[in-house]
Amino acid sequence: METAYLIETVIKVVVILLIFSALAGIGTYFERKILAFMQRRLGPMNVGPYGLLQVAADGVKLFTKEDIIPTNVVAPIFKIAPVITAATAFMAAAAIPFLPQFTLFGYTVHPIVADINIGILYILGIMGVGLYGPLLGGMASANKFSLLSAARGAAVFISYEVITGLSILAPIMMVGSLSLIDFNEYQSGGIGDWIVWSQPVAFVLFWIAAFAETGRTPFHLIANDHEIIDGFGTEYSGMRWGLFFIGEYANMFFISFVIPLLFLGGYGDGSILGALGLLAKMSFFFFFFLWSRAAWPDVRPDQLMWLCWKVLMPLAVINVVITGFVMMF
Amino acid sequence: MFEAIAFYLFAFLTISMFFIAVTTSQALHALTALAAGMIFISAFFFILGADFLGAIQIVVYSGAVMALYAFGMMFFDTTRDIKEKKGNSAIVFGLSTLAAILIVVIFAAPMVSGTIEALYPVVEGAGNTQQVGLVLFTKYLVPFEVAAVMLLVAMVAGIVLAGKKMDLSLTLMSDDEVMKLKNEQNKKVLL
Repeated sequence: METAYLIETVIKVVVILLIFSALAGIGTYFERKILAFMQRRLGPMNVGPYGLLQVAADGVKLFTKEDIIPTNVVAPIFKIAPVITAATAFMAAAAIPFLPQFTLFGYTVHPIVADINIGILYILGIMGVGLYGPLLGGMASANKFSLLSAARGAAVFISYEVITGLSILAPIMMVGSLSLIDFNEYQSGGIGDWIVWSQPVAFVLFWIAAFAETGRTPFHLIANDHEIIDGFGTEYSGMRWGLFFIGEYANMFFISFVIPLLFLGGYGDGSILGALGLLAKMSFFFFFFLWSRAAWPDVRPDQLMWLCWKVLMPLAVINVVITGFVMMF
Repeated sequence: MFEAIAFYLFAFLTISMFFIAVTTSQALHALTALAAGMIFISAFFFILGADFLGAIQIVVYSGAVMALYAFGMMFFDTTRDIKEKKGNSAIVFGLSTLAAILIVVIFAAPMVSGTIEALYPVVEGAGNTQQVGLVLFTKYLVPFEVAAVMLLVAMVAGIVLAGKKMDLSLTLMSDDEVMKLKNEQNKKVLL
């Protein structure tokens, strides 16, 4: 029993690592294609059919490029920062149920690495640790723009963690559990049972905060676009820069799994249709990240802070209070 | 067996991280080691089966050390070593050793006496998170509320200290008003 469990866990970890590392690469292809179509371009076309092998070409480039450590940086911190981003992104995946449980050759497989009973808290906490990557990368680089980007990134992340926490508090009160599997069971009765109908405010707030947590475009302040410089990643090259990239895309995929699991019924009753439904919802939320990048400019930092503290946080608090009153009486 | 391996691994990691945090003269090294140590401590909660407290340890301390980074950014050039003013190292060493021994004795003394009794025993069937809630809102309700009031006081004080011109919002002002404000400030600087 113990050995079987150990082997199963190791296999699951390896499978998730491989699938999502590959997906992160393919995600960049999707992003370039979708942005291109929305801007009436073709995007990558030359490498392979429809530019599909562009991912492989980029991978070869990233892996073989020289890894430069500039002279004045704090070398150990500079080297470890991208690893933190990538590692924490994958650690957060440990508590996400990617599919309903299924039977393979007479052996029941639970597609979740660790069904801990504090799942969502663990996921958000570890994703919060992930922001140490950009922060340390920016601070360790001997570059003023990197430092500015790190400071701005830290301010955004800390502010929006408040929104994330407060917005999911109301659904957690309704479900009475922190495990994503319990969230799924609560909503397994069909579309009418989805939490989004009873908690629309929480859903929208969490969705907005997801953009800040992953650092995607309306809130992409960690890149200093107006200085035409890549923020904390300016001094990085080769695979270390690639690790930042993998971490960002893996985070996008994982948060795209978490939003449907929390609010939109997850995999439903656990049938094949439900599993496909979860994948479809995940694809929509991933697509929405790219869509909003094509459609919206970045907001100013002061607008972002104004939005967070004066609009979203009071809304989230009021939502929690109203939910509490409704549940009591 | 896994528990023992995990315990010794994380004990070693935690102690070495805090050792780096104390001994290094590089602000960035010290802060990063502190953050890493705080996160490694959560492993002990997970080993003991207190999942909720472990996750809280990660959430709270990763945010708290982040605030320290902000101070580090403001006060130091974090890419350079800091020249520390070193006093009498014998006194520092002696006092810190004494303090460490005292803390161990204070916490170990009740255990040695062997008359500990759990007044609020574990509720059967309640989950990890629920147990924390049960104790927090029955036995420790007053300290909990006092802590909440103290945090509120600190928050109000912080807002009062930082809140000059809080009624002005650059976001809500029109461009003309912003330019006017800018000109006024420039005038003050010129005078």
